[in-house]
Amino acid sequence: MEAINQNMLSADPWRDFAVGEWQSRVDVRDFIQRNVTPYQGDDSFLADATARTRGIWDTLSVLLKEERERGVLDVSADRGSSITAHAPGYIDEQNEVIVGLQTDAPLKRAIMPNGGLRMVENGLAAFGFKIDPLVKEIWEKYRKSHNQGVFDAYTPEILAARKSGVITGLPDAYGRGRIIGDYRRVALYGVDFLMAERKREWMALKSPMTDDVIRLREECSEQYRALAELKVMAASYGFDIARPATCAREAVQWSYFAYLAAVKEQNGAAMSFGRVSSFIDIYIERDLKAGTLTEDAAQEMIDDLVIKLRIVRFLRTPEYDALFSGDPTWVTESIGGMGLDGRTLVTKSSFRFLNTLYNLGPAPEPNLTVLWSTQLPRGFKDFCAKVSIDTSAIQYENDDLMRPKWGDDYGIACCVSAMAIGKQMQFFGARANLAKALLYAINGGVDEKSGAVVARGFEPIKGDVLDYEEVMAKFLPMMDWLAKTYVDALNIIHYMHDKYAYERIEMALHDRDILRTMACGIAGLSVAADSLSAIRHAKVHVVRNEEGLAVDYRIEGDYPAYGNNDDRADSIAVWLTETFMDKIKAQPYFYRGATPTQSVLTITSNVVYGKKTGNTPCGRRAGEPFAPGANPMNGRDVKGFVASGASVAKLPYDAALDGISWTASATPDALGHSPEERIRNLANCLDGFAAAGGFHVNVNVFDRDTLLDAMAHPEQYPQLTIRVSGYAVNFVKLTREQQLDVINRTFHGRM
Amino acid sequence: MDTSAQPPAADTIGYLHSVETGAAVDGPGVRFVYFVSGCQFRCLYCHNPDTWKLHHGRKVSVSEALSELKPYAGFLRFAGGVTVSGGEPLMQPDFVHGLLSGAKAMGLNTALDTQGFLHENVDDVWFDVVDLVLLDIKHSDPAQYQALTAQPLQPTLDFARRLAQLGKKMWIRYVLVPGLTDGFDDVERLAGFAASLGDAVERVEVLPFHKLGEAKWAELGMPYTLADTPAPPPELTERVRGQFRSRGLNVH
Repeated sequence: MEAINQNMLSADPWRDFAVGEWQSRVDVRDFIQRNVTPYQGDDSFLADATARTRGIWDTLSVLLKEERERGVLDVSADRGSSITAHAPGYIDEQNEVIVGLQTDAPLKRAIMPNGGLRMVENGLAAFGFKIDPLVKEIWEKYRKSHNQGVFDAYTPEILAARKSGVITGLPDAYGRGRIIGDYRRVALYGVDFLMAERKREWMALKSPMTDDVIRLREECSEQYRALAELKVMAASYGFDIARPATCAREAVQWSYFAYLAAVKEQNGAAMSFGRVSSFIDIYIERDLKAGTLTEDAAQEMIDDLVIKLRIVRFLRTPEYDALFSGDPTWVTESIGGMGLDGRTLVTKSSFRFLNTLYNLGPAPEPNLTVLWSTQLPRGFKDFCAKVSIDTSAIQYENDDLMRPKWGDDYGIACCVSAMAIGKQMQFFGARANLAKALLYAINGGVDEKSGAVVARGFEPIKGDVLDYEEVMAKFLPMMDWLAKTYVDALNIIHYMHDKYAYERIEMALHDRDILRTMACGIAGLSVAADSLSAIRHAKVHVVRNEEGLAVDYRIEGDYPAYGNNDDRADSIAVWLTETFMDKIKAQPYFYRGATPTQSVLTITSNVVYGKKTGNTPCGRRAGEPFAPGANPMNGRDVKGFVASGASVAKLPYDAALDGISWTASATPDALGHSPEERIRNLANCLDGFAAAGGFHVNVNVFDRDTLLDAMAHPEQYPQLTIRVSGYAVNFVKLTREQQLDVINRTFHGRM
Repeated sequence: MDTSAQPPAADTIGYLHSVETGAAVDGPGVRFVYFVSGCQFRCLYCHNPDTWKLHHGRKVSVSEALSELKPYAGFLRFAGGVTVSGGEPLMQPDFVHGLLSGAKAMGLNTALDTQGFLHENVDDVWFDVVDLVLLDIKHSDPAQYQALTAQPLQPTLDFARRLAQLGKKMWIRYVLVPGLTDGFDDVERLAGFAASLGDAVERVEVLPFHKLGEAKWAELGMPYTLADTPAPPPELTERVRGQFRSRGLNVH
């Protein structure tokens, strides 16, 4: 390590780069555009894992096995984590190419009580650990947490909606995440440059001292301080990152340190990496040309980086795991896409990142996300399809839809949320349950499971057969109520998060003035759409209990279901998406001037949403899981993969700018006879789906029998990875319920 | 029967058994497949015996059938195209020609899946709207062909020659059934014939027999004589493919 630092000290970090605006101010996009080497070829240049890489992975595999058995390997419960809280940690110090761990040992989790002390205590207790009494005292007596702040301000109405599950998953006790620092800035400019710029911008914030100006001045100071700590942390590993990176290995290391600082301090629900691969590629190309780097060594750096990204960990509670199972961290890396000038942004390093799934075996993290365009080079399309078929570990999002909205330097946060890197963040809003809201419309705001009044001031439907017009007349004001309660909750949450758990290092790697979105979301879209379709096209009888509460429904006749490319049903799903977005937009206030958006995404929470929702008029039984994301209900999309995708593609991106998630599973045989055919067919299907306006697709290729066998013999499938609404998980880490849900999802034995 | 090149009227009526929106094994790429009903063959291993009778299908006009295809056209232009299968499409030449012309008008690649027995009912221009013929040849021995399908072999061979003369691309499809179609000499004869057709044969597909259609036979109350026939072992499939390959054919 030292040797690198010594030799490079004298080198001009920007030697051989094309000059431009990026040299005088922070503008990573400009740097990429002027220096990127688009790659049109195939995967034949890729290098296998070196013996060193395999050695590190083997060392880690032992620990990972132990972690799987115990849930959590170790916790540093003696201190609240920060950028500099822990001494350096290593997996195998002598052999690591890229270094840095969240704590002083691999897989040892940190605690971050700024989010909420109770979450930390519950998380520790669940795995048999205890909090240090001093830490407890600090956060009980002297330091308020985000969680406390939120509950100081919540209204009874919000609390009731939260308890019943009509609004669920709110980031009110854990980090909101979904903020991507532009970690590349540290590599390109070095920390000193960034600190100087932030200081200038801080000084430019002048009188009058309004709330907004005061808050921003305080935040800039916090950011400045975080950058200083970032240098200290890197120095503890023996690196001086005050200056820019001078070679590829430093570029990877610097970017990773910046990211590492973020995950040392924030346990955000999603801690995404950004769009780093083609940026790093510029450095790799330079070193390859200079003869100071080989392909083996280049791949080794990426492999080592990805190993680090794979072992990012947070301490979470069993309740959290029930919602988002498999210990996800959403270290999303966005790969590929096209430039605004028509050149592709696919580079050899786009391939190198995907190649880690071969060199290290499949894994859910980092969440490798391909920004798909019909214009991508054929060689890259084919390689993506091959990797999907072999590993089921990547997801696709439609660059042709996103580029016009967010430019050509956006990245995906979490699963499907696009944001211009370093220029935009979101206030993550989890999701509202539309299916349950429909039941509230029928029952006048009374919860169908508990009998409690959740939405006040509504009259129930009294008839024995549901009338479409009457249901609609009740459903619309119920959506108004839901949107109001929901946005109120989000305003409180994000006010408090900024105040008590501010993401100072991530925001230090943003422009000072940014676009903020308020990312609302909906769950139960297909259940609500099918229920309305049943009410409209069949005859739905209401079954009431002794208290007169509608608790079940009897359907007479057939109804068209969402997911069969039948407009009678699909138009209802489109209408629901657009209408709820309108209801959100109609709210009078969004914290910090945020622009409201919404997603149709559930991750694995479709199981919990289903549990909290009674029988629905579509015939779904109480407790049964919802379909994930924008998927049609399990087993109701009977016309095959293409019809199903065509229905999902009808949902308008403009009404769901935070993303629309579709998960598709096919057996290998359904993709074609030979491996070449399967690759070509899958790539062509992705083109077709993108051309039809489809936003996102998770592709799983495996046999149902494999999953059943993995349930029976989990020890034989430690790395079996599957895609679920927006991210990937180790199948064996899912709860039994979620495993069954995955297996019961529509398998397309034909496409 | 009117077999002129004039496009059939949009209100031409036909019998459609079902459609499939995403088939990856019926021609190049991912395809929308029309399964028309009606077939004069009675292949012992048929996996769609529920398409044998015309009235097994629903009665639809060409324009109605095309309206089911239309929503997928954008996707199919990227992903593959349209295949008309069955049943036996040539039993309803006007209707099928209407489907294929309509698909062509949408800019889609078209394929016709047939055993060719009725090819004499249509003239050469009929094939202008067909990009690819998936030609099922069930056996190369006339007697065994008759036993397997209840029809003579010769018309199918004539049809293959005719396609070659027309310069029409074809994929020859051969279902490999242990004990029925795996005879070494029988395969040799077919491979020789296929090779003699020249460039017109883009590929040969050797399809291992499966019993996925067995339940349909039971539903129709018909005895399924292949209940005890196993799927061909991989070595057998490989041997047969090798026989075709040794003639310089592109085999899948």
